[in-house]
Amino acid sequence: MADEPLIPRGAALGLIGCEACGLVVEQPPDAAPCPRCGHPLHARKPDSLTRSWAFLVAAFILYLPANLLPVLRSTKLFRSWSDTIMSGVVALWNDGAYDLAIVVFTASVVVPLLKMGALALLLVQVQRGSAQLPRERARLYRILEFIGHWSMLDVFAVALLIALVHFGSLANAEPGAGIVAFGAVVVLTMLATMSFDPRLIWDSTRIPDRRATDRLPT
Amino acid sequence: MDMKDGAPAPLRLRPELAICEHCDSVHQRGPLAPGEAADCRVCGATLYRRSRLDIDAMLALTVAALIVFVLANAAPIVTMQSAGVTTRGWLMTMVASAWSHGVGPVAAIAAGTVFLFPLAQLALYLFVLHAARLPARPKGFGAAMHGLRWLRPWSMVEVFLIGILVSIIKMSSLARVTAEAGLWGFGVLTILLTALSTFELRALWEIHDGR
Repeated sequence: MADEPLIPRGAALGLIGCEACGLVVEQPPDAAPCPRCGHPLHARKPDSLTRSWAFLVAAFILYLPANLLPVLRSTKLFRSWSDTIMSGVVALWNDGAYDLAIVVFTASVVVPLLKMGALALLLVQVQRGSAQLPRERARLYRILEFIGHWSMLDVFAVALLIALVHFGSLANAEPGAGIVAFGAVVVLTMLATMSFDPRLIWDSTRIPDRRATDRLPT
Repeated sequence: MDMKDGAPAPLRLRPELAICEHCDSVHQRGPLAPGEAADCRVCGATLYRRSRLDIDAMLALTVAALIVFVLANAAPIVTMQSAGVTTRGWLMTMVASAWSHGVGPVAAIAAGTVFLFPLAQLALYLFVLHAARLPARPKGFGAAMHGLRWLRPWSMVEVFLIGILVSIIKMSSLARVTAEAGLWGFGVLTILLTALSTFELRALWEIHDGR
């Protein structure tokens, strides 16, 4: 077990892997173009924490109107969306549709909040120089990357519903500002996730194993 | 193989190495069998992989996906029957209707992520895969590759597909809503785009290096 060789890190060896094409380059000057694909070479994404926080705070702020403003105004129909998301959930619950209430509550309220909370946790941990559970935090980041665009589901569904209702001139359904805010929350959370540099998780000097050495793997 | 300080030789390349994008660990590259992936031993992220499909198969898939894309957009997605009136909805007419009924920004996002970006993705795939068969890198290859990398997270056909299903279920209490050929088209398109995304695009950069 103890004989397992330490795996060095690019930063310690002056090696940078191009973000776009993956080519490994030795000690390039900062932001030099990659010789293969022309993308600027950076050891870490520039201003990653600032940019990520900026998008995340914007998403947090818009999360309020997304939940407080009406998503869909309609007469008698679509109780699960009419008025705000939360009042729709309450209406479903009072009607006895507990399962649907839980699904809508999870997809529209819990998941976006969890995503923003998880990213905030990753950012805070990096800024504190935490050495705790780096592998788990790395996995958390990959999950965030993967589920990012799925929160768009409700936004698409509401837009399609409004389109369909008007096609058939079936009823009066008008979108509320909440749905636009909700779409903005999803996009901003995706941008915040993309701006975060997961390599920062491992940059803490307090992470003891896999310490960088001056040897390359052979 | 050693890293003595010495004279800084600018931009020495180390194509035999792979650096993990997620944790900056340096690994030695090794050969992979088709369908295999190399995972980082430190953080578990995928370092690089080799698709089961070669370039010719990818080209065939791209052409197939383009044809399906045209069909999915040319055919109606749903038909609605209520009070004796039948209406059919195409992707673009639904986006236009959403646009004119007050969800402009959402309609714009849908038009981008379901129509424009996937179409651009397929066109760029066609170009870079064709370029990979040429002896030298053609003009615009780099820009096309960067474009593909940028577009990847913003193509949301699969999310849209589930969104249609949800809205059809919600509508079912109001009118008779039936799925049409366009919906199946988007289903097939989702499968083809997923298959295309298993391809390691970065491998295309290396093709002209060796020649």
